[in-house]
Amino acid sequence: MILSAEKKNILWQNFLGIPITNNQFSVALAGNPNVGKSTIFNALTGLHQHTGNWPGKTVDNAQGSFQHQKKIFLMVDLPGTYSLLAHTVEEQIARDFLCFANPDVTVVVLDATSLERNLNLALQVFEITPKVIVCLNLMDEAAKKDLFIDVPSLERELGVPVVATAARQGKGLAELRKKIFQVATGSVHPSPRQIIYSSDVESALKELLPLVENISNNTLSPRWIALRLLDGDQSFLKSLSNYLDIDQTSFQDWEVSKCAQ
Amino acid sequence: MKGAERINPLSDLSLGSACQIVSLELNGLLRRRILDLGIVPGTLIRCIRRGPSGDPTAYLVRGTLIALRSEDASQILVRKLSNGEECV
Repeated sequence: MILSAEKKNILWQNFLGIPITNNQFSVALAGNPNVGKSTIFNALTGLHQHTGNWPGKTVDNAQGSFQHQKKIFLMVDLPGTYSLLAHTVEEQIARDFLCFANPDVTVVVLDATSLERNLNLALQVFEITPKVIVCLNLMDEAAKKDLFIDVPSLERELGVPVVATAARQGKGLAELRKKIFQVATGSVHPSPRQIIYSSDVESALKELLPLVENISNNTLSPRWIALRLLDGDQSFLKSLSNYLDIDQTSFQDWEVSKCAQ
Repeated sequence: MKGAERINPLSDLSLGSACQIVSLELNGLLRRRILDLGIVPGTLIRCIRRGPSGDPTAYLVRGTLIALRSEDASQILVRKLSNGEECV
């Protein structure tokens, strides 16, 4: 069962405090701290989201929207994180959003001047959702450091669209909008590169997968759930059961209100 | 050549010198955090600056400065780079 539009609206409204309507596409912006996520967010939405650190647990004050080809895209600016696996508040917010809010597109913003460190997060996001675009930001800074990045090869290696931008100069943003549109509407299907783990881990995954496929409802990658189970990631398991509970009750509420009508 | 390698904790590294990560003797979340920052076996790391009381220490890793407590750095094992090896 795919997360239905109505169910998704309820989830966004109740769980995340973000109102979304059926004709809107949702776009999440993820990335390491200080890679220019908020600059990209502001440039695309025309808002003046305070650039700086994430203020805390609220998600609803970092959303904006833009239009492309008469479609509305609701954009959510996530806190900057190096990873989705450690347990700072920021990482939990970013992880829970990517795992449970089921955005139509996730844009992973990378610092072109330190790709090695940044690609870690991209690979983690690839394990959660296939609907990913990589945005190589700070290309102007990279050029200053005489770094040349072979974008077509990177795209081939990663299996997702890669867009080079210099958000402060507004460069590459038109291309980014276009790619977001293409992935959201399904005209481009990314197939992000998946990490193959050691044979021990892979065989344990194989055993776990049939067991977790039931809980995931196809909205969340069973492989990701199984990997976190192997990690013994308590924080994620807590979020997962939390989300399943909320999902159940709000869905029941919704059914009750439908019946009342 | 390999037998002659000296393995030391990262916290013993003197200012300005560089070394290569051998292993992380850390567990749990801290281990995860250190790995996420790009400090993995094989990574080159240079000691750049030390806090006034000798702690924490700033290290240059993959083009980024990262400060570590000596308590944590002492659980990261490194080997000195031999002459001629490329430094960070």
